[in-house]
Parts: sequence; C-alpha cells; structure tokens
Amino acid sequence: MNTVDTTRARRGRMGRIGTAAGVHAVLLTYTLIAIFPVVIVVLNSFKNRRGIFTEPLALPTAETFSTEGYATVLNQGNFLLYYGNSLIVTIVSLFLILLCGAMAAHALSEYRFKLNTLLGVYLILGIMVPIRLGTVAILQLMVDLSLVNTLVSLILVYTAQGLPVAIFILTEFMRTLSRDIKDCARVDGLSEYRIFFEVVLPLIRPVLATVAVFSMIPIWNDLWFPLILASSDATKTVTLGVQQFIGQYTVNWSAVLASLSIAILPVLVLYAIFSRQLISGITAGAVKG
Amino acid sequence: MKHIMMKTTAAAALCLAAGGAIAQEVTLTIESWRAEDQAIWDEVLIPAFEEQHPDINLEFTPTAPTEYNAALNARLEGGTAGDLITCRPFDGSLPLFQRGQLADITDLEGLSNFPDFAKAAWSTDDGAQVFCVPMASVIHGFIYNADAFTELGLEEPKTVEEFFAVLDAIKEDGTYIPLALGSADQWEAAQTVYTNIGPTYWKGEEGRQALIDGTAEFTDEEFVAPYEQMARWSDYMGDAYQAQGYSDSQNLFTLGRAAIYPAGSWEITGFTDQAFFEMGAFPPPVSAEGDTCYISDHTDIGVGMNASTDHPEAARTFLDWAASAEFAELYTLALPGFFSLSNAEFAVENPLAQEFLSFRQDCESTVRVAAQILSRGEPNLENEMWVVSANVLNETMTPQEAAAEMQQGLESWYEPQQD
Amino acid sequence: MTEIVSDATGRKPTTRRRRKTGGITHIVVFLAPAVLIYTVFSIYPLVESLRLSLFAGQPDGSAVWTGLGNYARLLFDANWAVRFWNALWNNLILFFIHMVVQNPLGLLLAALLSLAPRFGGAYRTLIFVPTLLSVVIVGFVWELILSPLWGVAEGMMAAVGLGWLYAPWLGLEGSALTAVSMISVWQYVGIPMMLIYAALLSIPDELLDAARVDGLSGAAIFWKVKLPLILPTLGIVAILTYIGNFTLAFDLIYSIQGVLGPPDYSTDIMGTLMFRTFFGQQTQIGDIYMGATVACMMFFIILIGVGLYLVGVQRRLTRYEM
Repeated sequence: MNTVDTTRARRGRMGRIGTAAGVHAVLLTYTLIAIFPVVIVVLNSFKNRRGIFTEPLALPTAETFSTEGYATVLNQGNFLLYYGNSLIVTIVSLFLILLCGAMAAHALSEYRFKLNTLLGVYLILGIMVPIRLGTVAILQLMVDLSLVNTLVSLILVYTAQGLPVAIFILTEFMRTLSRDIKDCARVDGLSEYRIFFEVVLPLIRPVLATVAVFSMIPIWNDLWFPLILASSDATKTVTLGVQQFIGQYTVNWSAVLASLSIAILPVLVLYAIFSRQLISGITAGAVKG
Repeated sequence: MKHIMMKTTAAAALCLAAGGAIAQEVTLTIESWRAEDQAIWDEVLIPAFEEQHPDINLEFTPTAPTEYNAALNARLEGGTAGDLITCRPFDGSLPLFQRGQLADITDLEGLSNFPDFAKAAWSTDDGAQVFCVPMASVIHGFIYNADAFTELGLEEPKTVEEFFAVLDAIKEDGTYIPLALGSADQWEAAQTVYTNIGPTYWKGEEGRQALIDGTAEFTDEEFVAPYEQMARWSDYMGDAYQAQGYSDSQNLFTLGRAAIYPAGSWEITGFTDQAFFEMGAFPPPVSAEGDTCYISDHTDIGVGMNASTDHPEAARTFLDWAASAEFAELYTLALPGFFSLSNAEFAVENPLAQEFLSFRQDCESTVRVAAQILSRGEPNLENEMWVVSANVLNETMTPQEAAAEMQQGLESWYEPQQD
Repeated sequence: MTEIVSDATGRKPTTRRRRKTGGITHIVVFLAPAVLIYTVFSIYPLVESLRLSLFAGQPDGSAVWTGLGNYARLLFDANWAVRFWNALWNNLILFFIHMVVQNPLGLLLAALLSLAPRFGGAYRTLIFVPTLLSVVIVGFVWELILSPLWGVAEGMMAAVGLGWLYAPWLGLEGSALTAVSMISVWQYVGIPMMLIYAALLSIPDELLDAARVDGLSGAAIFWKVKLPLILPTLGIVAILTYIGNFTLAFDLIYSIQGVLGPPDYSTDIMGTLMFRTFFGQQTQIGDIYMGATVACMMFFIILIGVGLYLVGVQRRLTRYEM
C-alpha cells in the first residue's frame, strides 16, 4: 500500500467544488435537451393554430390560449380506454416476462443438465430477430386460437418478444451470484422452488427492475402488433390511438399536440412514481462484494 | 351521436325480428385508408345505408394511408380483414384479386352504372372480370390563393412560360412563398407534380399507352421534359423544402403563407374548411398558347369484397348500394374533391370542385402514368418515380438521370420495353 | 461442502460448478413456461418465415419451391443488390454513430450520476423520459422541431447566433441518416445510462475505499478501477446497441421518414427494406416470400455480429467478472 500523497489529496479537495459545478453543468444541460421537446409539445397544445405557428416558443397568451385541441381529443378519442388497454398489456406482459424469464435463467445458471448450453442459446436466439418478421404466422396462429382483437394476443406476443433479453441479462447476472446462500438453504432443507422464490428472487431484485424498464419500453410503444392483432376500438392501445388520431387530424395541430400531451403526461406521472422504487431497488439491492 | 344511431338501428332491427320477419342481423366492416372520412361515414353514409337495410350494420374502420396496404395485406393473409375493402386502382389491387383475396363481382347489377374507363381500373387486363365498384376519381391541377393573386395583380397562367412569370412575380414581391411544395415525403413529387404536369408533354393516354406497348421510353423527350420543368421549380419552393412534408405544405398554403399549391382534388374538403381566403384552380399549363391541355383524372378509389367474408350476400347488397346514384351523390356532396365515376347526373356545389370539374370539358383526361401494368414488377416503377422525382426537386439528380433510372428499372422486367 | 469454502472468497471460479440433482422435475418446471411461450409465439413464426424465404410467390397466390433463388436474387440481381447493400451500409453507419455518441454519452451521464450529486434522482428521472415516449410521439415532435416551416430549431439557433448553421437536415441526403441517428440517441441514451449506472453502483465499496487509500484520484479510480469492472456491462450495451439497430431503429425511421428511407434511400435500413418488401406500401403489393428472404438475411447478419462478439469480445471480458 502506498503512502498517501498529501498534495494530491489537497488538489483533490480544491478541485471538488469545481468538479461539482462541472457535474451539474453537464447533467443540467443534458436534462434540458431531454425534456425540451416534451415541454414544447405541452406548451403548444394550449394554443390555437395561429399561435402554434407564429410563436412556437412563446407561452400561451390571452390571444393565443386555446383548449380547442383538448376538446377535439376528448370528444373524438377514447383515450381513457386506450390507456387501460396499454396498462393491462404492459403490466401483464412484464409480469410474465420477469417470472418466466427469471425461472428459466435460474434453471440455466443453477443446474447442470443435458441440453443446458443448447437451451441457453436457443432462448437467447430471439434477441437477434425482430419478432415482427413472423407477423403472418403469428396472425394465423391467433386466428386459430380465436385470440384476434383480444389483449391476450398482444400479451403473448410481447412476452415471447421480451423473454430472450430478460433471460440473457438475468442469466449473466445470476451466474455471478454467490452460491453459498443457495447451498446453505439446501442444507436447511428448502425445496428448489422455495430457494428460487425466497432466496434467489430477492437477490436479483435490482436486475429485475432494470429488465422491467428495458422490456417495458418496446411494449408500451409498439405500434405494429396492436395494428395487426388488436385494432378494434375496444382493444386499441394508446400508441395506436394517438397514431390514428394524428392520421385523422393531420392539419389540426392543436388537436394533434393535445393528443400527444395526453399520451405523454400519464406516462410521466407513472414513471415519476415508479422510478423511485426502481432506483431504490437498484441501490438497495445492489450486490456489494 | 354514432352510438345513439347504432342503438336506434339495432332497436329497429329487433322490432322487425319481433314482428315475425326473420332478420339475421349482420355487421360488415369496411377497410379503408381514408381516416379523414370517418365522420362522413359515421354521420352520413352509414345512416343512409342502414335506414334502407336495417338488418345490415356497417362499421368504417380506417387505417392511416401509410399503414393501409401493409396492415391490409397482413390481415388478408391472416384471414381477419374486413368484409369490404377499399381498393387502390390498377396494380394496387389486381394482385389481391389474382390471389383470390378480392371477390369477383363482374355480375353485380350496379356496375352497369359505370362507364368502361372507370371499371378498367379494377378489372383484369382483358376486362373480363371486375373486382371493385368504382367510387371516385381525383383530378390534378393547381390550387391558388385568389386573394394573393388579386393583391399582386396576377392571372391564372395558361402556358408554362406564363406559369414561371407568375412564380417570378410572387417571388419578387416576397410576401408569399410561390409554391407550397416539399420533397420530404417524396410522393407529392411524383403524384401531384410529375404526373400532374407531365400528360401535357406526353399527350395523356397516347404517351401512356406508348410506354405500355413499348413504343416509347422514359428517356424520350416527352417524358424528360416534365422533369426539366421541375428542375426549375426548386427556386420557387420554400426555404429548406427538402425537409418539408406533406402536411407542412398543406399548412403553408392554408395559413396563407404560400400562393400556389400543386394539388389533387382530394384537398378541396380540407382546404375549404381551413383556408380563410378565396381559392381558385387552374389546370397544368401547356407548352404553347392554344395547345391541347391534358389532366390526370385518376381513378383513385373503389370498394370491393373480401373473398372470404362470412356475409357475401350482405356485402353484395352494400356494393350494389355503393354503385347507386344515391351513393354517388351523397359521397360527392360530402367529399367534393372525390368525383363520382357513376353515370348518374347531379350538381356539385363546392365552387372549387366545380372548377376542377370544368377541366374535364377543356382538357383531355388520362390516369397516372405508372399506375397500370407498369408497376407490376420489381423494382416497383411507382416507388422509383417517387424517389427520382423528389431527387429532381432536390437537385440531386438531373432530369436525364431521373428518366434513365426509371427506364432502366422498367426494362429490367417489362418485356415490351426490352428490345 | 468444500465447494462452499472455495466460493466464499467472493471470486467466481472460472469453471462453473452446477449442482447435480437427482430429479429433473423442477428444472422442467422452471424452464417450461418460458420455452413454451417463446417457442410458439416467437420461434415458430420465425421458422415459418425461414421456410417462406425458400419459395417464390406466383400471381395466383400459390408458391413454388425456389431453394436459395430468392437469396441469389437479393444479393446478385442488380436492382435488389443495390438496395440491399445500401441498407446494410446505412445500418452499419447507424451502429457506428450509436457506438461513438450514444454509449459514451450514456457512460458519461452514468459516471456523473454515480458521484451522487445533489438532485441526482431528478436528473436521472428526467434524462430517462425520452426513452419512455412512443416513437410516434418522438418522430412527430422532432419533425416539428427540425421543420423549416415551424422554425423552432432555426429560431433557437438564430437566437445564439448560429442561425446560418441551420439546414433541413432530415431532408438532405448527406445529413438525414445522422439526424435520425441523433434523434435515436436522444431517445435511447437512457438505456445505456441506466445499465451502466446500475453496474457502477454494484462495485463493492471496499474496492473503491482501497483505491482511495492508495491515493488514486477520482479520475484515476474511474479509469483504472471502475471502467475495467463494468466492461462486461459495456459489452452487453454494445451488443444490445447492435441488435437495436436492426430492431428498434426501424420504428423511428418508419415514423419520421417513412418506409422508403428518403431522401433517395439515404435512410433506408434493413428494417425498412424488409418491411416494404414484406408488406408492400401504397403502390406496391407486398411479397411475403422476398420479404421473408430479407428478414432472414437480417437474421444472419445479426447472428454474425453477435457471434463475433461472443467469440472475440466476451471471452476476453470474462476475466474481469466479479
């Protein structure tokens, strides 16, 4: 071990304030870049068409303030229903991805059995292929199962689509888990199932949160499968609803921006609530040593 | 509103059933790319139909134009497509019929209400079988801001040189962007520019048939000339027009910031709602005073029947209605820029639509040059035309290069062009 | 029991010891749900696509066996090949831009966040926001901002004296792909940021303390201790970026530029080529057989990339594994 270099330490302390300022400058700049477009949309959704065009960056004034866009959206779109659909599809798919994915990853990383490597490769293969390539077969399958225009069809496809990435990340991570705890549990006579649910799952919580965020995005944002598998009014998701709304009101920008705002805001609220848990999950569960 | 109406219809149907008539109620869904028409179908067309046919419910379920063909294709393959299918013209629907996805409706009585040229867009090449009821054609031309023209003392140009004189005058004045046109979405460059101004040079049907017969080539003077005109246009388009999309151009014009809009008549409904100034229209300018003018009067939209529908009888009932004079009138009145192809006579009220219709008297009509037969192969000629036309407007390709690229693509698979 | 002792050092043994158990019922139970759903709804449809790529469609809707004919067409027919190579090249450029912009940016942000600055939570939350937005929204918003008509970008640049720099980037052949890539970076930088951030947090405090006691500066700790330790995560980020280029990127380009990759195919990637071949577009009827061929080529290309990574990179990385 070296002796502490005092000059270097002092320089470190002096630089710390400057460093902090630099850190904040970078983070703040990027944060502004990240949220600026969202702000622009929300801001302009409260203006009339002329206001949007002439002064896109200005706050709504008495002259340009208008909620006509929101009126159109609320009259025309069934956005509450679409929200419900998106939420159900996303949450159920996520649950299935995490549960099935963790179980499979556990089996692959924990047990030695024939076909282990082969199965591992097989399960990860799906990362490499956009599942969209199999659309026609998927649609025919759903028709045969009478699942067209149901949320179940979307959930099944998204689960299948999300599993490879989940298994890939979880397996990588589970291999790094210390074996002691599991083996102790076995000595204590816990069944393999209880070991998974009571010992392993809590340990991988932070990674589960990461996988959840990862898998959630393509599901929530997907446009293609709702269009093909569940485009009926009762099963429309928000993304599809907004997209069709834009198609219908191309030149009515107040309405388009209002529909975008309506689609954005609840996501932000939900995310604000869950991000705390997500992050505390990552930090609290972060495996130290 | 829609729901109330549907309930009333349902109630009426129930009463009928109770009254002893064994009315089997069916619901037909209509696939379409005309998302903008949702309100017109829900409020005008569907109630009118259901009133006469209380046992048949209609549901209009459009998909955005950019997704329509892809989604329809997937649904047809998967067997979940709607009972009634809105048809693109010519090569856009023919393969669907050949694959047995669209039903043969040659014997539909209502078809006698249409002239042969209208049916040609949705018939086999020999004309023996028809698979869609013609709904409407769209006419190409130019819509202009009449207030701006008055203000600047301009008149509708008749010849190409007058056209450029008008553009120069508008540019000089500086209040307005001369042309409301961008190249970002590409298709306007082909559909509302090249095939709008082109027929004047290639003499409409004459040039189009010559291409199909293989007696003319895209590299011939008459097919390069429209590109030469387009190459001169970029000076008159807005700043940064390369990133200007279709809806941007619509907004530029209707907000009164641009003076002339190369148009299809489908814009009339929207423009009439949005623009706060007087509008006028003129047909594509001719080369020299006194030349015959030619317009693209493009058979654009039809409706056919999914071959695997569960309710073929009900679907045919609807198609017969769609072929009737009543539908023609309702449809054209509701959507003044879509001109019915039916023989039925009725007045069009919208003044702008009347102007477009008047082109038919003065000019020879043709359809878009790549629509029939020539877009069957790979590379798809219509796609190529979008790309190279946009390139000409972007000045990244010369008129000769653009024409040569289309010709090369066509030659690679189309036999009559291969000698 | 000896193996427990050997593992208690905290280091992973390089050769993995898996517990050999009597029954296999629980293994089957653990694997069955994932394997079942995945096989039926992902692998089967893809195998079906693979099968389709060996047939050629006929006008009447039937199909005839053509073996590798479609692949030969795609690679050697002049009209197909030019589109194919162009799309592949654009995909590689896209990947390159993400590797040099998105991932370093994600690393930088994660590194700064891991210093636990004040309001770190707020920064992290907000920077991740774009990732949550649907591409429908992202595409529309950025098109508006960059639009010459609306003039937000132009106006803001003019305000800081850079107005002359403005160009209609999305509409110019030279810049469209870069512009789209930057929008994609804007949207997805949250993902590498979060992954790397989580990895940085999981570095044992003792290690960092030891480094500090050794007198290493903050920068030196980052470069010499933290970075090597998170290399496996960076590897995962790289491979996910590579795959994302073929999957996620399609949605964005599709919603901003449309399916033809304008101008003049300069933003055409494998995804858009596959999509329009497979499903057709406004004036083109889809050809599922040729589409399936493009899809399968895409699969092989991804496979090659991932294979190279696994063989070349990951093997070298494993020695850093904690």
